[in-house]
Amino acid sequence: MNYRGPKRVRIDHKPMPEIMHPQDAIVRVTRSCICGSDLHLYNGNVPDTRVGMTFGHEFTGVVEEIGSEVQKLKVGDHVLVPFNIACGKCAFCKQELYGNCHESNSQATAVGGIFGYSHTAGGYDGGQAEYVRVPYADVGPTVIPEGMDPDDAVMLTDVVPTGYQAAEMGGIQKGDTVVVFGAGPVGIMAAKCAWLFGAGRVIVFDQLEYRLEFVKNYAQCEAYNFREIDDVVVFVKKTTDWMGADVCIDAVGAEAAGNAMQTITGRKTLLQAGSATALHWAINAVKKGGIVSIVGIYGPTDNLVPIGNLVNKGITIRANQASVKRLLPRLIEHVQSGVLNPKALITHRIPLEEVSDGYRIFSAKLDNCIKPVLIPPSARI
Amino acid sequence: MENKPVDYNLIKGWGIDADPKNDPTYPMKHRTNEEQKGYTWDRPTQQPINIEVLHSNERPNVTAVFGTSTPPSGLSGMIRRYAFQYSENSYGHWLPLLLADRVNVVEGIVDDFINGKVPNILAEKGYKAEWKHNRTGLLQKAAIVGAISTVAFLLLRKKN
Repeated sequence: MNYRGPKRVRIDHKPMPEIMHPQDAIVRVTRSCICGSDLHLYNGNVPDTRVGMTFGHEFTGVVEEIGSEVQKLKVGDHVLVPFNIACGKCAFCKQELYGNCHESNSQATAVGGIFGYSHTAGGYDGGQAEYVRVPYADVGPTVIPEGMDPDDAVMLTDVVPTGYQAAEMGGIQKGDTVVVFGAGPVGIMAAKCAWLFGAGRVIVFDQLEYRLEFVKNYAQCEAYNFREIDDVVVFVKKTTDWMGADVCIDAVGAEAAGNAMQTITGRKTLLQAGSATALHWAINAVKKGGIVSIVGIYGPTDNLVPIGNLVNKGITIRANQASVKRLLPRLIEHVQSGVLNPKALITHRIPLEEVSDGYRIFSAKLDNCIKPVLIPPSARI
Repeated sequence: MENKPVDYNLIKGWGIDADPKNDPTYPMKHRTNEEQKGYTWDRPTQQPINIEVLHSNERPNVTAVFGTSTPPSGLSGMIRRYAFQYSENSYGHWLPLLLADRVNVVEGIVDDFINGKVPNILAEKGYKAEWKHNRTGLLQKAAIVGAISTVAFLLLRKKN
């Protein structure tokens, strides 16, 4: 996959990746998802997204080559690769903040390295390819447990941990009302995981009927189309005894719809770092003293959100990139025990060669798409 | 869409990860209480720096590993080098990077032609999928663009 500019990607032949560091591995990709956050890159919203880059931070693959310092992985292992590139040694990795590694992203200190996510996230080519270089191979990559479906495995690289952490950061207590903004794959997973933390009620908002129908059945929650509601915040207040939700989750980020001013300034003219509609709603719909959990991705500059209400309501904001490595053991258990069934979110299996169409289908929400997975030729044999 | 009350007791796994001690301040951080001793660690081996790697001026050095995709080049590269003189706290960093990205798109098209490749922009934009799954919408869009272009053309012609 080769990024050529906003809304333009294609397949090109690129040189085989090489071992560049003793802790590198070269992985032959078997599955690679297109993520909702890839759309921020695809739309040209993330600064320092260079033409020629390969996207893709959700992938699984077979280890083909390892560097001299790699000890835990061996050639032939089928691994799932967390989207965070983490050294495992820095002060942040030691605190299990693997999304905040300080030894994987030279270009920006605000985020650790991420595969295929612009030079603002380290300038690594990603997994929407046949082969990919994986740094710190002994830290993040995890051998896929025997018997696990590769489609489940690839969802454990980002979607499941991000949705789970969204619920975890919500500090959900038994009986809490949780509102999730966005019924994309992460929002769906956040809604599902909210129950695991003991939510008493889970409400999801989106504008796409097919996604609302899906989340309602998959996450067994309430689902509402915000296009059919006059004012989302009043709706939430009204349905929570006029108090507001205990926890609100922004699972949308920069591509949010629902407010013309946010859309124009955030998505059309880039006067702010993405449209902050979902976050705006989350802050205003949560109760006083409530918690807003943010996993939606925004650009690095500024966004228009009601900070005054945040202060006056005494809201706690919790946000981070998911710490995939920290969460994997528990999430693997949940998948193996059937508590979570992530592969059910995959609606499209697309040959890697058709990546341009894959991006179009996902970004324009064509053909009732929820989650597309790209499959390279070697994995289709 | 009809929504019915949900009995969470019937949901598989309900409450299995509930944690009443989930601390609202540091929920995700495994506190080692070693922060007070200063931030040093045994750095991983340094990846050889044999390409140009721009690094944030909010850190003293290049990270132990770094990506090697598309080093800065051309006019966009010059703009990127300029941007990295400013911190992540500054518009002087981010706005030139966005400008560089746009310049880079033109450079990419020029490079394609230099290398004898004519970019198929419609294919790159995935219009095949749009045609397959949203033909009416695509035709509507095309008709609107066509109508606007025709009106603009006629108005300009009238002025001249």
